[in-house]
Formats: sequence, C-alpha cells, structure tokens
Amino acid sequence: MMLPRLSPTWSFLSGVLLLIATATSRADVPILTVYTYSSFASEWGPGPLIEPAYEAHCGCDLKFVALEDGAALLGRLKLEGARTSADVILGLDTSLTMEAMDTGLLMPHDIDLKTIAFATPWNDPVFLPFDLGYFGFVYDSESVGTPPASLKELVDNPDSPPIIIQDPRTSTPGLGLLLWMRSVFGDEEMAAWARLSPRIVTVTKGWSEAYGLFLEGEAPMVLSYTTSPAYHRHVEQTDRFKVAMFDEGHYQQVEVAARVTTSTQPERAQDFLRFMLSDVVQQLLPTTNWMLPAVRTNQALPEAFLEAELPARILSFTPDDVKTNRKEWIKRWLAAVER
Amino acid sequence: MDQALASRGRTVKARSAQTGVWALLPGALSLAVLLTLMGGALAAIFSVAPPIRPVAILQDPYIGKVVRFTLWQAILSTTLSVGLALPVARALARRDQFPGRRLLVTFLGLPVVMPVIVAVLGLVAVYGKSGLINTWVAYLGGETALSLYGLTGILMAHVFFNLPLAVRLLLPAWQTIPEESWKLASSLGLSSRLLVRFIEWPAISPFLPGVCLIVFLLCFTSFAVVLTLGGGPASTTIEVAIYQSLRYDFDPAQAAMLALIQFTLCTSIALVLVKWIPLLAHSSGRRIDARHRPDLKNPIGRTLDISLILTTACFLFIPVLAVFIHGIRGPITSVISNPDLWWAVLRSLLIALGATGTACGLALGLALSARFLRFSLRMPRASEMLILMGSLSLAIPAMIIGTGLFIVLLQAGALDRGTLLVICAVNALMILPYLIRSIAPTLMRSGQEYDRLCAQLGLRGWPRFRVVDWPAIRRPIGFSLGIGGALSFGDMGVAALFDTQGDTTLPVLLFRQMGAYRFDEASVTAVILMLLSVSLFWLIDRSVGR
Repeated sequence: MMLPRLSPTWSFLSGVLLLIATATSRADVPILTVYTYSSFASEWGPGPLIEPAYEAHCGCDLKFVALEDGAALLGRLKLEGARTSADVILGLDTSLTMEAMDTGLLMPHDIDLKTIAFATPWNDPVFLPFDLGYFGFVYDSESVGTPPASLKELVDNPDSPPIIIQDPRTSTPGLGLLLWMRSVFGDEEMAAWARLSPRIVTVTKGWSEAYGLFLEGEAPMVLSYTTSPAYHRHVEQTDRFKVAMFDEGHYQQVEVAARVTTSTQPERAQDFLRFMLSDVVQQLLPTTNWMLPAVRTNQALPEAFLEAELPARILSFTPDDVKTNRKEWIKRWLAAVER
Repeated sequence: MDQALASRGRTVKARSAQTGVWALLPGALSLAVLLTLMGGALAAIFSVAPPIRPVAILQDPYIGKVVRFTLWQAILSTTLSVGLALPVARALARRDQFPGRRLLVTFLGLPVVMPVIVAVLGLVAVYGKSGLINTWVAYLGGETALSLYGLTGILMAHVFFNLPLAVRLLLPAWQTIPEESWKLASSLGLSSRLLVRFIEWPAISPFLPGVCLIVFLLCFTSFAVVLTLGGGPASTTIEVAIYQSLRYDFDPAQAAMLALIQFTLCTSIALVLVKWIPLLAHSSGRRIDARHRPDLKNPIGRTLDISLILTTACFLFIPVLAVFIHGIRGPITSVISNPDLWWAVLRSLLIALGATGTACGLALGLALSARFLRFSLRMPRASEMLILMGSLSLAIPAMIIGTGLFIVLLQAGALDRGTLLVICAVNALMILPYLIRSIAPTLMRSGQEYDRLCAQLGLRGWPRFRVVDWPAIRRPIGFSLGIGGALSFGDMGVAALFDTQGDTTLPVLLFRQMGAYRFDEASVTAVILMLLSVSLFWLIDRSVGR
C-alpha cells in the first residue's frame, strides 16, 4: 500500500544519486589521494584553499578523504593495510606517529631537512611537520581578572579559576594536558592532579564539547590551544578570550604528514609534501587551521597572532616515550582524578 | 478460560500446519539479516584482530568498575524516566481534550532525536552555571546549589531524552482499555485510586517491560552525555571503553569483545524483563475516549494533571527553546546559503528513508512470525525471543557494527559504493528496537482478537495484513517510523571511518562547524536539524499513522 506511493520518491532520489556520481567523476588526470582529518578539509579549513593551488601546480586531481580526526585517520589506515588508496596521510600528531610507524605502511619522505628552517628542531626521516601548536588554557577575561601564571599556580592555588578539560582516553588535547602535567610535575603528577581535581568542572569527550560548554559560561577557563584567542580576534573581532601563558612552558603538538608505501606515485606524494612546506601553504595555515607554521618564513604572522601568546619554553616528550607510557599514565590519571 | 484457549489453539494449530512454513518465513528472514549484520560485523573485526579472552577483560579492575557504573546509572535512569513517565502519560490520557495537546504529543518526539551535544548545550543553557535558573536566582539576590555535573546531570539528561519517549510509548496503553471497564467503574463509583489498581494498571503493565527495555538500552549505551555531564572519569560507561579501545588504543579486538560483554549484559537484563511480560495482553473491546472515565471531574485530579503536564512541558521544552533561540540569533543566511548544507540534508534524508524502510521490514517480519508462533503454534516463549532479538540490536554499538561492516566492504573492494548502504544498515539496526516495541504489542493484540475470525474466514497472508492488521498497527508504526526517521536523520555514530567530506550528513556538518570554532553557525545548523527532524517525524507519523 505504501510502496506505490513511495516509488516516485525513490526514482527521484536514485536519479539525484546518479547525477552526483556523474558530476564528480572527472576526466583522466592522475588522482593524488590524501587522508586527512575532518576540520582540515572542511570549508573553513585549509583544504579548499590548498586543493586548487596544488592542482594548478601539479596538473593532477588532489582528493582529500576526510576522517573524523587524527586517530580515526590512523584507525582507517590500519584497517585498510596494504589495500589503502591513500598516497599521503596528513594530520597525525606526534603522539600517534609511533603507532603509525608500526603499520609498516609509511616510507621516508627523502626531503633534505637541512634546507628547511623548521620552527622546531626536526630530523625524522618519515614524518614531515607542516604545522604546530601549543596546548593552553583559554579564559574569559570578563570573569577572570588575573589568570594563573603557571601550571603550578593553577594546580596549587585553590582560588584559581575552575576549568573544563578533555578526556585523555578519547581526545588529543586531553592527552596533551596529561603529558603537560607529566612534563611539569614528573612522578608527582598524581598528587598534582588530585589537587587540581576539585576545580575541574567536567571532563568531556572531545574539544568541541569542552569549548562549547566554555562559551556557554559553564567555566571561565578551558583547555584548548594558545592560538584560540587569535581566532576570536581575527574572525569575531573580539578581545574577550585570552590564553593564560604559563612560566613552565607549553606542551607542543606537531602535526605531520607522510608518504604511504603502497602509493603508485611516490614522486607526486613527495612533491605534495614539499608543497605543504611552501610559503603558499604555510601562510594560510594560521588563519584556517589555527596552528602555527612549521617553517620559518620572512612573512610575519597575521595581526591577530600576538607575540605574547607564543610560549617562552616548549615542552614535549618523544613519540617513543608517549607510546611506551601512554597506557600507564592514563591509568595513573584515572586513579588520581576519579572521585 | 485457559483450557478453552488451549483447545482452540490445538484446532488452529492443526489447520495452520501447512501455512506454518510460510508464516515463519518473514521472521526467519529478518532474523537472518539481523544476525548476519551483527555477527558479520563482529566476525569481521575478529578476522583482522584475533579475539581476546572475555574473562581476562572482566578481571581488569578498570573494566569491572566501568561495568558496575554503567549498570548502576542505567538502572537509576530507567527507573526515574519510566517512573516519571507513568503519571505524565496518565495525565495526558485523562486530559485528551485540551488545546495544544496534539502539538505537545508530537513535540514529545523531539528530545530523543536531538544530537547529544545540542541537547547538552540546551540543558546547560537552562540548568547550567550561567543558565537561566542560576541567572534569575542570582538576579533575585539568591544562590542555588544547582550543579549539573555528576550523577544529577546524567540522570537529568537521561530523563530529558527518555521521559518523553516513554510517555509516547505508554500512551497507546490507555487506548486498550475497553469501554465496558469504564462503564462498570462508573456504576460502581470507583475512586481514582481503585481505577488505577483495577483498570489502568492491568492495561499498562503489558507495555511496561518493553518500554523499560528500550529506555534501559538507551541509558546503558549512553556515552557523550555520561562523560560530559558526569563530571569526570568516574562516570565511564562501557561505550566509552569501547570507543577508547577502538579509536585511541587501536585495539579492535578488545572493542569488539567489550561490545559482546555489553550485549550479553543487556540480553540478561532483557531476559529478566521478559519474564514479567504477561503471555497474553489483555483483551480490548471497542476503544473509547477518556471522556467517559468516572474520575474526570475531580478537581484535585484535574489540578494535578494540569500541573504535571505543565511541569513536564517546561522541563522538556525550555532547553529546546533555548537551543532554538540561540540558533535563530545566529548567522542564518550564511548557513543556509551554503550548498553543503543542502547536500547534507539530502544525504541525511536518504539515510533516514533507507534506514526506516529496512528497519520497518525487519520489524514487521519479526512481529508477524512471532505472532504466528504465539497464537497458532502456541510457542509464547519462542515468540518472545524473536521479538527480543529485534530489541537488542541497540546493545551493540553503532561504531562496532560500522567498523565491522567497513572491513567487509573493504575486503569486498566496495568501499566507494557501499558507504551509504552501510550507514543505512547500521541506522536500521539502531532504530529497530523502537519499531519492534511499538508494533509487536499491537500486532499481538490484533492476533488475539481476530486470529480465530480470520481463520474462519480463511483470511491470511497479505489480504489479512491489509484488512485486519494494517488498520490496527498503522498508528504505532507511524509513530515509531517517525522516531526512526528522525533519529537516523540526526545520527552520526558511524561516520568516523568514512569520508566525511564526500558523505557529509547534517550531524557531521554540525560537528565540523563546531570543530572549526563555528559554534554560532553550528547552533543554526542544530535548529535546522531539529526542525527537519521534527517535520520528518510529523510527516511520517501523520501520513502513515493517520
């Protein structure tokens, strides 16, 4: 009884699908497939700007496959194994690189690193950094007068502002804070977490939930990136949100790209990696990906990025350290903050 | 009475022996599809990563703690949601005349289809630290102890999602009360309390276990709500552990094993609940309006009903309204002029239609064969098991089934073409429980009432379905299809491994906007998502369930 009524709808919809299918298939140009994370390829991210620029440069078709986040990207690569259609993976951070190496699917980039002025010391033969950022606590200047000046102060001063953080089991910034605490407090980190714990309003699944709750006024301070205030200044023209710069330094997140061994066009993949380090791309990353360029250029950062929001000291563990200790450190975190 | 039924059963049994195979076919097919999808997904995961011993996982103190918390919060949430839904549904059943009732009942379908993060932000806008209530109280010079985070927040959110759903699933129960009962009650002058005991409770109790099961499954498998509003890692559900194993520990075998543990736990709970489902629903005569109830004029009851309905409406709709107001203040033009949005709408619509169509087929197959098992073959337990299988698909997380089917597609080399199909299939499994739980009781009742008549008239197969069953089930089918459509319209559970660029759905778009700091745009998208979900729900509910 329902079927005859629905059938015009179905035929219409299948027609539409057919249209989509024909519209997206292009003439015979080589396709370079790049796996990346969702917000990199989204319309606000750098993806739509990089795509035409690179296509004009190489005469090929650049295709982004956007997965939910860096971890999902690696998860997909692992499941696909040698069957993957990726030529390049773009957007893992250094806490995932060891795991990615174990797939045996990544090959050296063969790019002479000496000729490139990286913003952070770099000599990895497989992974090439394209941008970097620092975790930081963003606060609402309308409700926080003087933010804590150090991670120690945030932890030890019972009057420091309540915070929202992300869960290290389910998110990258969450893991970032765990590593940050670990690099500042060392083996005393459990006691530090216990002292901080009463001022943690809540722990969310991912960055979006935490930042959304922060914007709703649930807490005056949130774990995010040091570049977050630049977004608000650049896009929303407001100075209200600031980042608390900490004396001990900030934990660094480096985003990297790599070539996939199964690719049939390793030269083009290498060319794309080099293109990622070119001025063209490096210049648009700050205001699209809200990360800092991995390569030093003569060009100044956009106005919204303040000198004062660049950390004086940089903290980081080696990817190897992270891989070996992550599970154990998460266990310690759980024991320290579970109430 | 029972003997008479039994002897009738034997005659019918003999007569229907040759049609038996055919009547069991739809259920067998549905079951096969269901088991293939769920088992296939798990098998696919285990094929790439050998399974670990479940005992070893359960001995892990972390997992043990997580399992205990999951059970505890699910039992509390279910008790609270269904417990509160009962008086609200009763009030709505008693007052079936007030203006705006239809709208109210339609909108009861809204909370359950809101994307979790949107609903959380809505709740926060009202009950949060800078929410409406705290702001007003502060304005009046007071201070509240209201804190959304912790068990309170979890329970509040679960009641917000599930109370309206339970109300809608329970409401039809009152329509099964025969006119004779009310007449008798009137002539006896029964008080409201005695009405509950002798008339209403017997009518509602057959519905209750099924409703509890659905709500329990939803709370048991709740993830982002529990983590976000729970305040910290002490509030961790098995779903969080599954997500963690799958996404950050790259341990699909552990994830699948945890999913199996979750499935086993849910099945055990379901088996307990099923014991309470009476073998035969109570017979119903001609259906009448509530206006013939003897206790309608009681002023206390009236005040109570009205205040109950008003309180519920406020609790549910102020957060929804908050989301709405936030959205219409946002950059509407820039959001709706984005062609991506409309492609996402189209794709979501396609998924919703595909998923509800599939789920409807599966549910009808199971329910029709289950009815045959119960009334013609006199195998009530087998019948209940069949229905149960359809209710339990919710217990295996969408991300596990999605990952499993992804592996299947990958090995078949059909990743490009199969994505939409897989998303439809996973969504169909996620909404099947709603459909089966609202179709099955009605179909059973129709069987109880008309099986004999149909047998005498030789009415079976498609003609019987069209003439006898369809008119009886189209209302519950309309409702649950509407919920299903709206739910799969708003789902993003399976999107993680698939290309979100090429296959953007509306919820994925919303997530992407938030990920790019575009919270204002996201709030507009949320409103569009809500409006479209509720329209879809309304459209299906009205056109099918007329």
